[in-house]
Amino acid sequence: MTVAAADARLLQESEKRMRRAQGVSVGTWVALGILGVILLMALIGPLLYRVDPNAVDLSAAYQGPTAAHPLGADGNGRDLLARIITGSRTALIGPALVVLVSTVLGVILALAAVWFGGWYDQLTVRVIDAIFAFPGLLLAILATALFGAGLTAAVAALSIAYVPYIARIVRSAALRERTLPYVAALRVQGVRGLVISTRHILPNVGGLIVANATISFGFALMDLAGLSFIGLGVQPPTPDWGAMVGTGMAGVLQGAPLEALWASAVIVLVVASVNVLGDRLNERAEARA
Amino acid sequence: MTTTTVIATRKARGAGAWPMTRFIGGRILGLIVTLLIASVVVFGALYAAPGSPLTFLTHGRTMTAAAKAQLAAEYHLNDPIPLQYLRWLGGAVHGDFGTSIIYHVPVSQMVAGRSGTTVLLVAMAAVVVLVAGLAIGLYAGLKPGWLSRSAMAGATAIMAVPTFVAAVVLISVFAVTLGWFPVFGAGAPGADAVYHMVLPAVALAIASVAFVARLAQGAIRAELGSDHVQTAKSRGLPGSVIVRRHVIRNAAMPVLTVAGLTIAGLIAGSVVIEQVFQLGGLGQLLVSSVQQKDFPVVQAICLVYVAAFIVLNTLIDLAYTLLDPRVSTGRSAS
Repeated sequence: MTVAAADARLLQESEKRMRRAQGVSVGTWVALGILGVILLMALIGPLLYRVDPNAVDLSAAYQGPTAAHPLGADGNGRDLLARIITGSRTALIGPALVVLVSTVLGVILALAAVWFGGWYDQLTVRVIDAIFAFPGLLLAILATALFGAGLTAAVAALSIAYVPYIARIVRSAALRERTLPYVAALRVQGVRGLVISTRHILPNVGGLIVANATISFGFALMDLAGLSFIGLGVQPPTPDWGAMVGTGMAGVLQGAPLEALWASAVIVLVVASVNVLGDRLNERAEARA
Repeated sequence: MTTTTVIATRKARGAGAWPMTRFIGGRILGLIVTLLIASVVVFGALYAAPGSPLTFLTHGRTMTAAAKAQLAAEYHLNDPIPLQYLRWLGGAVHGDFGTSIIYHVPVSQMVAGRSGTTVLLVAMAAVVVLVAGLAIGLYAGLKPGWLSRSAMAGATAIMAVPTFVAAVVLISVFAVTLGWFPVFGAGAPGADAVYHMVLPAVALAIASVAFVARLAQGAIRAELGSDHVQTAKSRGLPGSVIVRRHVIRNAAMPVLTVAGLTIAGLIAGSVVIEQVFQLGGLGQLLVSSVQQKDFPVVQAICLVYVAAFIVLNTLIDLAYTLLDPRVSTGRSAS
């Protein structure tokens, strides 16, 4: 390959990357569409589809899709569509809370560590490393052992367990920002550290924060669904996607896999969409940096 | 980085073994500190629980005063808390985790009998992750085309599949419909146990396989486009030599490190998988102990899991630093 050809190829590559970083691909639109539909389903679904998700009708047990039960019925003859729709609320609220709390905590910790530096920074790094030693799922199981099975204990535990990821990303990005001339310029003007951190550094690392929060949402959803699946998360009869896969296991063994199938499908759809979106946001944030 | 600087760094490091010893010592010290913090958390959980430790341990069960007194004595609940912790830690270090409240047998006995299953599960899953993940990643990285593109698209989708969903799908297809594998149970020791562990290991590994494959593919693509590979090409080196000596060697370290960390992450995921397949390992015991409020068992298993996770992470970290001469062992590394 000649130098000119190599240069031309490099130029082409970088242009492609620029376009990718700015434009919105088909995959992103599909992901946004799926998430939009699921969100609408959680918000107004129960108002539109007025079937009681807990109404037991043993004569309909393990029925396939019918006019009365569009997605079929579970082992107790409960309507699967109603349970998927209502279950979307617990399935989405939990991860949303985990992401919100862990992101706020992590960002505050990281920005303070970067601004104060020195031993304070070192202490923060040690604390973050110590939390990192606890796999999220394990901390959540320990929490349910203490406070009883349920969403509250699990969400609180995961909120803490997810802090290291965001804190590490924000810390290293903010460390980079801190060396840039604009921070020095602001300091010379006598702007307070709190103002520089929150009004100037924070917006500049905002893209990374949003990207990480998006990806964390998928992981939190899988962790919480897994916890509900093994019976330590959302408790019956409250419908929840993860718990539905768990109760659906009995149906799978009897050749009636619909409950597990629908619940698995919505979990995978949401997580995949969130991952596609997170990847794109990450590319974008990194292209900016 | 040029070859000369690499050689220079190597020489500088060879000059004295002291920084290296100090580095390893530092990491091991860090490991011990992290283990201690983890043990404080696991022990302190007893006091974080609502109510007094004794009511938490008995959990509304009707117990005779004598039994309660025995429990209090065993936990040394009347001692100052720091002393309680030291006694508990001292016991744990010697493998004494107290007695199960439900089964009245030493916790260490219950844990020891079940750990083999969990180790086999995680080890088999680790093998699947490394072999399948690296093979798919290598192929997709070196042979771009429709097959590689679809493999990578598939990997992106599979990364969104939680382990328990993968488990249910595998059971539905390979155990219920095709009948190739057993649905539940760990089987008899030996080859039967491995056979019983195939579906669980694949279910536990599959998302990580996709992740490692994507990672390896990306690393190889990046190396193929790098300057030193262009130079090697212009020198007229045969393709196989370039791939072996310039692409794979450079891509291997970061990929293997992240793959190692991913495997350490499988430890927590195995809890869910054991529950699905009723394997009767540590994870299933953990879940049933949480449900039965058998707190000494919960404490012991949590501590074992966290310790395994921390030790694995430290080992991978050490291996990476020792094997890759470019990674600085100095304080500037942080």
